[in-house]
Amino acid sequence: MSNEIGKPLSRLDGRPKVTGAARYTADTPIEGLTYAVFATSTIPHGRVTKLDVSKAEVAPGVLKVLTHLNTPKLKPIQHPPAGQSLMPLQDDRILYEGQPVALVVADTWERARHAADLVRVEYARAPFLMDFTEHLDKAVTVKGFFEPDSKTGDFDRAFNSAPVKLKQNYHLADRHHNAMEPHATIAAWRRGKLDMYDTVQGVFVARTVIAQALGRKPADVRVRSKYLGGGYGCKGFVWPHQILAAVAAREVRRPVKLVLTRAQDYTSHGYQAATEQTVTLAAGRDGQLVALRHESVAPGSMSDDYVEYGAIASRTMYACPALETRHRIVRVNRGPGTPMRAPQEGPSMFGLECAMDELAVVLKMDPVELRLKNYAERDPTKGKPFSSKKLRECYSEGAQRFGWERRNPKPGSMREGHDLIGWGMASALMETYRFPATARVTLERGGTVLIESGTQEIGTGVYTIMPQIAADVLGVAPERVRLVLGDTTLPGAGMTAGSSTTMGVGSAVHDAATKLKQKLTEMAGGPIAPDAYADLLKRRRLEKLSAEGLWKPDGEAGTGESKEWTMYTFGAVFVEVRVDESLRVPRLARCVGVYSAGRIINPKTARSQMTGGMIWGLGQALLEHTELELNYGRYVAKDLANYLVPVNADVPDLEAYFVDEVDEHASPIGAKGIGELGAVGVSAAIANAVYHATGVRVRDLPITVEKLL
Amino acid sequence: MNENERQTISVNLKINSVNHALQIEPRVSLLDALREFAGLTGTKKGCNQGACGACTVLVDGTRINSCFALAVQYEGRDITTIEGLAEDGELHALQSAFIEHDGFQCGYCTPGQICSAVGMFKEFQRGLPSAVSETMTGEIEFSDEEIKERMSGNLCRCGAYVGITEAIHEAFDAEVKR
Repeated sequence: MSNEIGKPLSRLDGRPKVTGAARYTADTPIEGLTYAVFATSTIPHGRVTKLDVSKAEVAPGVLKVLTHLNTPKLKPIQHPPAGQSLMPLQDDRILYEGQPVALVVADTWERARHAADLVRVEYARAPFLMDFTEHLDKAVTVKGFFEPDSKTGDFDRAFNSAPVKLKQNYHLADRHHNAMEPHATIAAWRRGKLDMYDTVQGVFVARTVIAQALGRKPADVRVRSKYLGGGYGCKGFVWPHQILAAVAAREVRRPVKLVLTRAQDYTSHGYQAATEQTVTLAAGRDGQLVALRHESVAPGSMSDDYVEYGAIASRTMYACPALETRHRIVRVNRGPGTPMRAPQEGPSMFGLECAMDELAVVLKMDPVELRLKNYAERDPTKGKPFSSKKLRECYSEGAQRFGWERRNPKPGSMREGHDLIGWGMASALMETYRFPATARVTLERGGTVLIESGTQEIGTGVYTIMPQIAADVLGVAPERVRLVLGDTTLPGAGMTAGSSTTMGVGSAVHDAATKLKQKLTEMAGGPIAPDAYADLLKRRRLEKLSAEGLWKPDGEAGTGESKEWTMYTFGAVFVEVRVDESLRVPRLARCVGVYSAGRIINPKTARSQMTGGMIWGLGQALLEHTELELNYGRYVAKDLANYLVPVNADVPDLEAYFVDEVDEHASPIGAKGIGELGAVGVSAAIANAVYHATGVRVRDLPITVEKLL
Repeated sequence: MNENERQTISVNLKINSVNHALQIEPRVSLLDALREFAGLTGTKKGCNQGACGACTVLVDGTRINSCFALAVQYEGRDITTIEGLAEDGELHALQSAFIEHDGFQCGYCTPGQICSAVGMFKEFQRGLPSAVSETMTGEIEFSDEEIKERMSGNLCRCGAYVGITEAIHEAFDAEVKR
């Protein structure tokens, strides 16, 4: 080991990213490219009764207009791993506004776009449901990724006999991912095989679903994703447009590029479903929780069973003998929700951590002390110990760095000039989902090292982290190591999702590099210095030497659970907000987060991950809200001018720290995942700080100015 | 004259000191001309509505959203894209600072951020005030607050703003003090 792990190495893909040389999907140069543009439904529910494509078909440059009347029939696909099972252009049904009704292919993008506007559609409208909060009586139980309900202990008995009780409703808004890179697919058929460049967080998953829909063998489909311009979940599952691009390319017998418009991005690949949460708490006067019930209702779709688990964190977060969670959905005429940074724990920690703050106020207890009083040594629902957990250190280091002891608990008591100052805190929690992965590490002539793995780069830094891991084992400089990824011809890896890549792919790279080093040692007949690698190959007349690596988590793949352990990452978030006493505009003034998340491979990229996550929390708390238009059944604003994401001027000093930790139960390299953790807890800390500043408890995100007047 | 020729016009664009003769429809945006016709894909399409800044390029040194501009308007102008900032393979100081301060994650908004910052600094040097400037006419301090305000037309969804601000501050600070 040469201590490359833990170094704050600058990104090895920095140069291509700052020079414009990095090729994202839509940048791929392809000979003979054509362009496809969707025309989409203007109604949320009903049927297409009449389609007039005559003007579109004869418009200049148009090669094909696909509608449900002429699109070849596709094989059924399932959610998951498809984002939705409903495939547009297969029949006349409309289940949500924005559903594609035609796909126009032309020789330029401008011509395709214009022709798509010429498609005339008539509909038979049907009654629709849009706002789930008006239809909570229609809530149903479905099985999504997790069990909908959990129950430990006797809630009623514990609740009835407790001296302190609290019950509150919390509402989180619908939000959209809004990756800066719109979804893009380039599909080309060559000798009966499909070659795709795609904005997808999982090339192998995409291959499986696309092959299934087209009735082909996976071997007939190749999917590549070299750089992703963000995804945050919306490029995880496989969505209809990817499949329809392949169909269009087959129909016109030329490569097709399909890039969704920003507006289409709002209706084509999921969103973070709002949650209506109810938290019921009972505690002793000393703050010890005796009963906790967390219920969540979220909008679902008409076609599929994706569930936003808005209560799931309560299954794990606090030691409590009587603990219940419940998840329901109300089906609405909108496309399905999908995971979004940070799903499940993200929304559920808002309700739970706001309720804990309210309990601390009732008990006149310090919010940190209340959390320590209920610190879980074991997972209260699963009954297993945590593979590692240094949350106590997070609370104490975070409080100390923030200066928490100077907090006057009285709301409205701290101010500076016209600013009311509020200090709030919350915990963070995220399950450590573990997925198997494979990788190949090759020593090349000249002594450079090549890593190959079919993972993806979405901004998390894998082009840097993986070379660091291999360099650490082999004793070479990370700059001498390069990673090739995002291609189904490479060794298999899973989705870039669930904060799982460093752990899974990193462990596979570690395994391959270790095996390569063994081979080299055997070949040299003893320990060999890294600067002698190239010579050894030369002497053996070898062009290269490779080793295959594999990591398979013990326990069920895709969970954070093994036979002995349950695995989570943790954190403590402390924030200061400022609210102008007259204008009442809430602003985040600073944020300190301390995290317990296993071994950190690269502190520089890790810090960016965490502060980026905090900015997601800031957006969730103060800005982001996808507004529904209830008369027409659509989203009011499908753009970046009216859907507010945080801009540079919204962002204050953000500090992220990690406690020293190596979790060897989670992965051989001791790492866990951090991609989502930073986005958890921030919105609750901000809401709690807003209460501390103003005395107004806002239980409805985002906290906009009118809620503080 | 075939139909294609009837609908298109020839447009000469000077991009990164190189002349490009393009045969395009008048409705082609500068962004699409760069990406789809001149083969310069460093400039990115984020929203195509002038709201995200990913398509920012420099025209005669001034930053503009290239999605909000028609290519035909820019004949005879000096267009600089992200591909034209490095000189002889030597990165612009700001490009190096973005790498050093981790001013990006996915990198998709980065070409726009960097071009925008170059244009922003020229505005600052000209004495153009921003919404947070203390004075409309006097000397403005090149502060983080000024940078954040002036860079808020460039969205970064990964949330790399901390590194972006640090990088811009460092790259131009020496020039301010000069």
